[in-house]
Amino acid sequence: MVKSTPPFGFTIDRDDEKCIRCQACVRMCSNDVHAYDAEKDVIVSDSTKCVGCHFCEAICPTSSLTVERTQSQYRENFNWTAEVINDIKSQAGSGGVILTGMGCDKPYTNYWDRIVLNASQVTNPSIDPLREPMELRTFIGRKPDRVEIDSSGEPKLATEISPQLELETPIMFSAMSYGSISYNASLALARAASDFGTFWNTGEGGLHKDFYKYGPRTIVQVASGRFGVTREYLNTGAAIEIKVGQGAKPGIGGHLPGEKVTESISETRMIPIGTDALSPAPHHDIYSIEDLRQLIYALKEATRYKKPVGVKIAAVHNVAPISSGIVRAGADFIVIDGVRGGTGAAPKVIRDNVGIPIEIAAAVVDSRLREEGIRNQASLIVAGGFRRSSDVVKAIALGADAVYIATSALVAMGCTICQKCYTGKCNWGIATQDPYLTKRLNPEIATRRLKNLLRAWSLEIKEMMGGMGINAIESLRGNREQLRGVGLSEVELEMLGIKHVGEAW
Amino acid sequence: MEVDRGGCSLFGVMDESGKRFSGAQATSAIAKMQDRENGLGGGFAGYGIYPRFKNCYAFHLLYDNEKAEESTERCLEENYSIEKAEPIPTRKKTTIENPPLLWRYFLTVKETKANSEPGQEDFVVSTVMKINGEIDGAFVISSGKNMGIFKGVGFAGEIGKFFRLEEYKGYAWTAHGRFPTNTVGWWGGAHPFGLLDWSVVHNGEISSYGTNKRYLENFGYRCALFTDTEVITYLFDLLARKYGFGFDVIGRILAAPFWDEIERLPESQREICKALRLAYGSALVNGPFATIVGHTGGIVGINDRIKLRPLVAARKGSMLYMSSEESGIREVCQSPDKVWMPEAGEPVVGRLEGAHG
Amino acid sequence: MKKIRIREQYCMGCRLCEIYCAVQHSKSKDLVKAYRGEYPKPVPRILVEEKDYLSFAIQCRHCDDAPCIRACITGAMRRDPKTGAVLCDEDKCVGCWMCIMMCPFGVIGRGREKKVISKCDMCIGAEEPACVKHCPNEALVLEDE
Repeated sequence: MVKSTPPFGFTIDRDDEKCIRCQACVRMCSNDVHAYDAEKDVIVSDSTKCVGCHFCEAICPTSSLTVERTQSQYRENFNWTAEVINDIKSQAGSGGVILTGMGCDKPYTNYWDRIVLNASQVTNPSIDPLREPMELRTFIGRKPDRVEIDSSGEPKLATEISPQLELETPIMFSAMSYGSISYNASLALARAASDFGTFWNTGEGGLHKDFYKYGPRTIVQVASGRFGVTREYLNTGAAIEIKVGQGAKPGIGGHLPGEKVTESISETRMIPIGTDALSPAPHHDIYSIEDLRQLIYALKEATRYKKPVGVKIAAVHNVAPISSGIVRAGADFIVIDGVRGGTGAAPKVIRDNVGIPIEIAAAVVDSRLREEGIRNQASLIVAGGFRRSSDVVKAIALGADAVYIATSALVAMGCTICQKCYTGKCNWGIATQDPYLTKRLNPEIATRRLKNLLRAWSLEIKEMMGGMGINAIESLRGNREQLRGVGLSEVELEMLGIKHVGEAW
Repeated sequence: MEVDRGGCSLFGVMDESGKRFSGAQATSAIAKMQDRENGLGGGFAGYGIYPRFKNCYAFHLLYDNEKAEESTERCLEENYSIEKAEPIPTRKKTTIENPPLLWRYFLTVKETKANSEPGQEDFVVSTVMKINGEIDGAFVISSGKNMGIFKGVGFAGEIGKFFRLEEYKGYAWTAHGRFPTNTVGWWGGAHPFGLLDWSVVHNGEISSYGTNKRYLENFGYRCALFTDTEVITYLFDLLARKYGFGFDVIGRILAAPFWDEIERLPESQREICKALRLAYGSALVNGPFATIVGHTGGIVGINDRIKLRPLVAARKGSMLYMSSEESGIREVCQSPDKVWMPEAGEPVVGRLEGAHG
Repeated sequence: MKKIRIREQYCMGCRLCEIYCAVQHSKSKDLVKAYRGEYPKPVPRILVEEKDYLSFAIQCRHCDDAPCIRACITGAMRRDPKTGAVLCDEDKCVGCWMCIMMCPFGVIGRGREKKVISKCDMCIGAEEPACVKHCPNEALVLEDE
């Protein structure tokens, strides 16, 4: 028989006593889950269409809706889970690759949850960030090997310092292309970054002309599709990031379905309206490390060596030697994106199985660069599923200079991680180009929420640092003594370069 | 493994004219502040105390047993000429118990080695690291020229008497009394910590220890003792000896001014401070500390960037004093010309006349 | 005076402004009771106009030169001196509905219970107009003119 069990996963529970039939849910759902039956004066919900985005639940004025995670239950089977069964049936029907959005949701160990932080007591006073200065200011760029001071007259700096990005907090907004997210979402990221004193990233979709004014706070990306890359684009940004890979889908390129390529996207990316925007898997002019070096210097020439040029790679098995090569190729910063990084669209099998967690990647890259004596030549930015300020502190303690967040930023703007970004029907107005839906993301509100998130996390970071007796972020960077692992194996502890809970200095 | 935490007492004194004076001053000053100690460690460093052997490296060693003594002497004989070797003179009737074997050797690097190694000083450093790391039961307490460190388990005043410091004459002395929060039974763990002619006495706890340690490892320094003092000593060796920075610059690296202070500086100063933080951020020492560093050219006292540990300084004529408490200074100098509390991060530098630094 | 302005680029067409306006002017002032219990059903004084993906909520503009005041035969429609809002005195209104015909925006409606008119009164007595307070996307704002 051709028809198989529908793989729906959510049930709408409506408290009919409280439902006032205002039909907001009917009007708002882009998946047409709810419908009003005028004859019986009830609202009926077709749960098979629900993606679990919770927009109706949020908008309902009487809070009569609960979106529950249920589905037809198969017999319990550890190996043949419902997800596995449904995926096979879906592929048997379509013959295609199963797509998904956002980051890996599988239960690989999340090391941030297995690492704890220190606090100073008695012998070393902790510092109160509300009453004492606590410095989070971070600089991204190549640091000098030595500083020479010319003391022949009035002391003057004799060393030339490479161009740096100055951040007021060690958190930046990671790459999300205009196309995968809406104009309003990009605008909110740009404004929040500019107001707060950090940076946002264009992703591989180019920079919309309206956003050029945020140039000084924008990191422009040069990805394999080279969408929107012009000399003006390169010179408008504050820094350039060559995207070689991303954590959600190492080894393959980006994909923006033709439905999402509107007039505005077409203009920004410089591709025809309605065509699929396919980024090739490799850069077709980077087949080896020396090619990368050539591109890095080509970009530096094009921007007169006035901007830091960096490289973003996905965290894979050989991330340490690859990073070493990238630094030696002249990159001013490297970005490592771990397996839990998000995306607007990727094959599910790649998202969930390819790549390594950023926690270990960050530790081994930092250690390797120090061993080779080149750690100062490039700043290390890490990305891939940072959920809380404590994740940020732990990452910096392992050795990172700064952290990129994307999923957290989207959640701040309204996202509930339903993983359906690739459909372009995001009810929250974030991962869509549909004008009915993009109106829902008010950039004023989104900017405010993003700034609130940065502010809240920055305050928490200061509290944790103060607790450790540290008042400057450079004293936290690489300070693995402040970390201890809980329930980790010897190999894991060795990879992370940290001791186990219970061991003192 | 020694862990060094908690409050302590510090004292430093030098005669900038180079005139040498007895170690009794340092001993009585540190004894005055005995309340800050718990009797588990005390020590002194003296400069200019071996004028007859001033061109030799004066190695002070402690041995747990004679086997360690033999192994070390064999190791030294390989690459050094031993001009003189003798036990360090000590006094019998004190409260100091169970001292290890204490010896001193006046060494010159053998011709062959002196010519082939990259730098004589680096070679001496590697010898010290070798003995401490590889010979069980042996520990090099000091390894500088015309200076020596005397330390052990006991109240600092008693240690001073034990080593008969009143019989030595030096132009600069530093002293330390410990209050560690772990029980300590090891003589090598007391302060000062020394390497070449550097000696460091330190009151504090470094929160940035992990960062500083990993930074130093890049340059070949192995922090084997897990003490903050060791890290500070190596940082001074790196910044002053290898990079040639003056002490005011070192102060701005170890106790870097805050960004909002830097922004208020005139442009050339601002650029320098910013560049120092960018390049040497991993050398910033966070956490409370008051430290007195001794070297052939004098002594330097420095506080952390928010001054969480006490340090008082005073001058009288060509004498410079530094102490955890003014009482220590007043004990040996009744009426100083000037007494002040140094600002956070601002080093107090004592310079031997004619010396560079 | 303070006026309510709609920013149509943020209006989602959810019509929650209509719901909350109606509740604010209902007897019970409770969302569920007003819609499930009350008779007649409360009427909103704000209306969302839609065409394709363009939508915006509109209510009485409290015009400086209000045609409805000029049209009113009994003088029920008058300007409140304190707030500058255009208000209808229901005791004087006879339900001739001339104002409804005169209003260029079509934002005056017929009353349900009595034969009077129904229109935006800037939620007099409340700290903030209900539509502004409850718009989930901050499309409706209260501004000084």
